Amino acid sequence: MKNLLRYIITRILLTIPMIFILLTLVFVILRIMPGDPVSAMLGAHAPEEVIEQKKEELGLNKPIIIQYINYMNKLLHFDLGESMIFKQKVIVPIREKLPATIELTFFGMFFTLLFGIFPGAYAASRRRKGRDFAIRIYANVVYCIPVYWMGLMLQLILGIWLGWFPIAGRVNARILVSTFERTGFYTLDTLLAGNLYAFGDVMLHLFLPSLTLGIVLSGIFVRLTRANMLDVLKSEYILSARARGIPERKIVYKHALKNAFIPVLTMLGLQFALLLAGAILTEMTFSWPGIGRLLMERIYLRDYPTIQGVIVVFALFVSIVSLIVDILYAMVDPRVKY
Amino acid sequence: MTQKSRNIEASGYSSSERMGRIFGWLIKANKKYGAEWWILVFGAVIILFISYTAIFPGTLAPYSPLDQNTGPQLMAPGPGHPFGTDNLSRDILSRMIYGSRTILGVAFTAAILSSIIGIPLGLISGFLGGIFDRIFSLIMDSVYSFPGLILAIAFAAMLGPGVVNITLAVSVVYIPTYFRLVRGQTLTIKEELYVEAARAIGARRSVILGKYIFPNVIATVVVIFSLNIADAIMTEAALSYIGLGLPAGIPDWGMDLAMGKKYLPSGIWWMITFPGLMIMTLALGFTMLGEGLSEILNPRLLER
Repeated sequence: MKNLLRYIITRILLTIPMIFILLTLVFVILRIMPGDPVSAMLGAHAPEEVIEQKKEELGLNKPIIIQYINYMNKLLHFDLGESMIFKQKVIVPIREKLPATIELTFFGMFFTLLFGIFPGAYAASRRRKGRDFAIRIYANVVYCIPVYWMGLMLQLILGIWLGWFPIAGRVNARILVSTFERTGFYTLDTLLAGNLYAFGDVMLHLFLPSLTLGIVLSGIFVRLTRANMLDVLKSEYILSARARGIPERKIVYKHALKNAFIPVLTMLGLQFALLLAGAILTEMTFSWPGIGRLLMERIYLRDYPTIQGVIVVFALFVSIVSLIVDILYAMVDPRVKY
Repeated sequence: MTQKSRNIEASGYSSSERMGRIFGWLIKANKKYGAEWWILVFGAVIILFISYTAIFPGTLAPYSPLDQNTGPQLMAPGPGHPFGTDNLSRDILSRMIYGSRTILGVAFTAAILSSIIGIPLGLISGFLGGIFDRIFSLIMDSVYSFPGLILAIAFAAMLGPGVVNITLAVSVVYIPTYFRLVRGQTLTIKEELYVEAARAIGARRSVILGKYIFPNVIATVVVIFSLNIADAIMTEAALSYIGLGLPAGIPDWGMDLAMGKKYLPSGIWWMITFPGLMIMTLALGFTMLGEGLSEILNPRLLER
């Protein structure tokens, strides 16, 4: 236990250089490239003095290196700074929109595992048969489908033609969010408020975006699970299970899948970055008010502090998930020691 | 192979017999490599076909991709317009054909750019080791572990729309892919006996790197290159879908998709179906080529 704790602390410390490097990169890019927030704010034809005054107000007239040191200093005190366009702390919109993104990725992950792991295990158990090939083709095709196109097609078929699901937003406009909003996780909030009608509506809105994410990302997991299952199915304890006359279905889904799942779990951590990227595109397609859309909005406005803030949050998100996955890994596989 | 085909020409076979020979050769390769061979062939056929449309769009496209007088607006697929027309009554089939040019060009150039930067850095970093290697690995790993698309979005947004800019934005994201692969391979190959032998006879470091290590690394890079183009295609399309890609006037699949999105609520299915289908098919072609190649060149790389 003590070792695990030490490992967790080391891992958290190791994410600091990663965030630092990414931020430096983004900081430099943002400042080198043409276009600045002042002209985005005031328009290109604003008088020279006004622009200069605004620049001084925002600290943009200082040398880049000073700006950089100031920003890093603030960051070390857990302060993401203040938006350059709106009079608010950067953390405010991020805190407001983050739950939407987390909810989307969480349910997306659920569908990914559902459509990835079971078909993968099934394909391995039918190796080199017709259904195995069919599932492998599914995995390859699905991997190449652009997330947003999948989203648009699902919107078209299930949303427009069949009219089963709403195609935009988190909740129906007729339902007042303020009646249940507490944490920002609408699925939780509606349940806590006991508003089952709103809960159903939230789930209905959540279904298409997370299904989109889940289907597209499941391809990788089909392949991973299949490859791992093939290895596991060759091992001796499976042979002995067969010899004892345990039904094949039980061998595949209980004995083998449990062990094949461990490497897949580690991949889940690595693929999480992909999931986040997919989430941004899904947010754009489904008008989902998450931090992906926040990032896009603020990029157009050149709101440097907010863009940097969102990048920090994304980087933290990725490292926290991979940390959780590593800890889970140690719990699932008793052989792993730190 | 060329010698052989020349012999066939000279011996005066008819074209059908020649086709039979080619087919026989394909079958033979099938026996040797199994299903992976057909995956490779299928991928190659897709790529060749779309490359043909990209290089000679004029021979296939019925209209100019920018021609706004081809018929009624938002016409469903039918005679004259097999893929229908868009909101500016441009022919969607023609836009798909010309659009292949943009996406292939950007993805291919971006993949070459990132490999040109990533491969030498990986080679040198893995070969030299030490503090240089540590710093580069840390930087590359940081970029690699971050969602690539988000970085590409940041770059593309800052650079502004344009073919060159989007190519740069896409290529930066994939440098770590090559770096990590090549560095890892270099670390293994560096310890091989033949490298030690070369060192023992006093070969210079540049010679060892160029003559002994590089050729052995490059085989894996070929596979990753193909898979990387598939990724670059998806990234390019994503960037132009969210409006960060190209200026208006250049036909581009991602942009057409974004335009079709506006007409989705009225049930105009052809404006989104065909661009997406094209992006998927092209990416699939490169993925299949890469998978097939990996099976044939180095069967242990991707494991089944």
